[in-house]
Amino acid sequence: MIKQHPTIKSTLIAFAYLAPMLIITLVFNIYPIFKSFAMSFYTKYDFFTDKVSALGWANYKFIFSDPDFYLSVRNTMIFVLGVVPFSVLLSLIIALLLHRVRFLAGLFKTAYFLPFVTSTVAISLVWQWIYNDQYGLLNAFLSHFGVHPIDWLNDPHWAMPALIIMTIWKGLGFNIILFLVGLSNIDKRYDQVAQIDGANAWQRFIHVTLPLLSPMTFLVSVTSVISGFKVFDEIFVLFGGSPGPGKSTLTIVFYLYQKFYSEWKYGIAAASGVVLFLLILVVTIIQFWYSRKHVHYA
Amino acid sequence: MTKKRISQALLIIILTLGAITMLVPFIWMLSTALKTAPETVKVPPTWIPKHMQWQNFVTAWHAAPFLTYFINSLIVTTVTTIGQLFTTILAAFAFSRLNFYGKNFLFALFLSTMMVPGEMLIIPNFVTLSKFSLINTYGALIIPWLASFFAVFTLRQTFNAIPNELYYAAKLDGSSDWHFLWTMMVPLSKSAITAIGILEVIGSWNSFMWPLIVTNTAKVRTLPVGLNAFTSDAGTQFQLLMAASTFVILPMIIVYLCLQKYIIAGISKSGLKG
Repeated sequence: MIKQHPTIKSTLIAFAYLAPMLIITLVFNIYPIFKSFAMSFYTKYDFFTDKVSALGWANYKFIFSDPDFYLSVRNTMIFVLGVVPFSVLLSLIIALLLHRVRFLAGLFKTAYFLPFVTSTVAISLVWQWIYNDQYGLLNAFLSHFGVHPIDWLNDPHWAMPALIIMTIWKGLGFNIILFLVGLSNIDKRYDQVAQIDGANAWQRFIHVTLPLLSPMTFLVSVTSVISGFKVFDEIFVLFGGSPGPGKSTLTIVFYLYQKFYSEWKYGIAAASGVVLFLLILVVTIIQFWYSRKHVHYA
Repeated sequence: MTKKRISQALLIIILTLGAITMLVPFIWMLSTALKTAPETVKVPPTWIPKHMQWQNFVTAWHAAPFLTYFINSLIVTTVTTIGQLFTTILAAFAFSRLNFYGKNFLFALFLSTMMVPGEMLIIPNFVTLSKFSLINTYGALIIPWLASFFAVFTLRQTFNAIPNELYYAAKLDGSSDWHFLWTMMVPLSKSAITAIGILEVIGSWNSFMWPLIVTNTAKVRTLPVGLNAFTSDAGTQFQLLMAASTFVILPMIIVYLCLQKYIIAGISKSGLKG
């Protein structure tokens, strides 16, 4: 830096550069954070005039006595637990294979990543058709193994698995790319040294590759958990605007959407948003805490 | 050596099977889009349509105002991306090269806001935009997305990697900050800026929840929202639904296939975007 210390002049210049970004983020990112917290306490609120005539804990009392809200938290947890471990494991395996293959690696990457760039709405419609109980591809395929047709999207037991399978499919490519970056950052000499010491391929994988890859495994897990908590588009389209048969795929964001957009209960919707934020925060902190013990930064 | 060859062959077989599984939904979409209505419900399903029904695409295109949706998506994506790149480049430059009071505070403030889920901000942002009477306009679709701290954060890292000596030399030559930014920093960071831009194009084109909430007429609907509305009109005409899905997906597949290396490099560098 030429000038080590800021001056009033340098500050004014810098803020001229920052202004466009600053104005937008203040209005649409920072102010709404505080406003969300505030709105979650609005118990009498006129949206048209933005006038608040009563404040209190009623919105929180409402959601914590609403069975639908508990259901949405439960479903969100099931969704995250259904998607993240499989997605992380599967993308790790594919990345390890891709890292070793010497031909066609580029072509494979293109195929695995393709779902990630496609519109969730369009691709959910395609899956809706694949899951069709009478004419869908999946049931036709399963019938070769003697499986009776499953009503994936209308049976409350199968709606969540159907949603989970599609989500894993769509997000796989993104995680694979991250794992490939992690793998290419590992110094080959560690592996060579272990090989000289007589470690076999499995031992080298468990004791060398996996620990050195752990920061990336951690990053992939954290981002997958966070995006899992925010699932909405897939559900909305897959189940035609409904939260699944018997509310079996009602998630927190879907709950928020319903309260806000269908029922116009802004305070309750805001309170559920705050709970979503706190849940993500707590889960992320737990992951960071866990990582301090188990993630090895080389 | 033969052992290595066998393991390579095995790898390729496994990866090919996996890749086919990943591509099946796309192939199935195209296959259905080209069938006649009776053929779509044939049991067992056929992969290659007996007679290619190319006119399904024309029928689907005219069955809903897809041209309007397409133009809306094009406008929203283009303006959002260019606008966001502009605010990002300026802010990243300030954070990377300029000294000012409150720099660390602002940076920390922005970093901490990245933890907040965007879904939580939908309600107050909706209220703000209604106050400005912007609901159901391009403004509501574009303005909130004109800045992204995530993008600033990524670009700042690229800017930081440019040697300070270049900056000193330019200063000695009497070049202004503004001139230096646009003639040196931006061209030198071309691939990072392209990556940020493409990720924003993809995100903006595919975005659903926000456009769904802030639009209520066909006039300003974007493609994903329009496609979702079309599902109730199309009913069980799967060939039309799949044809419509195809032309919503196709532009991003083309963008991806042409600019793949930038997208993957962008994700590799920044890691997060979720």
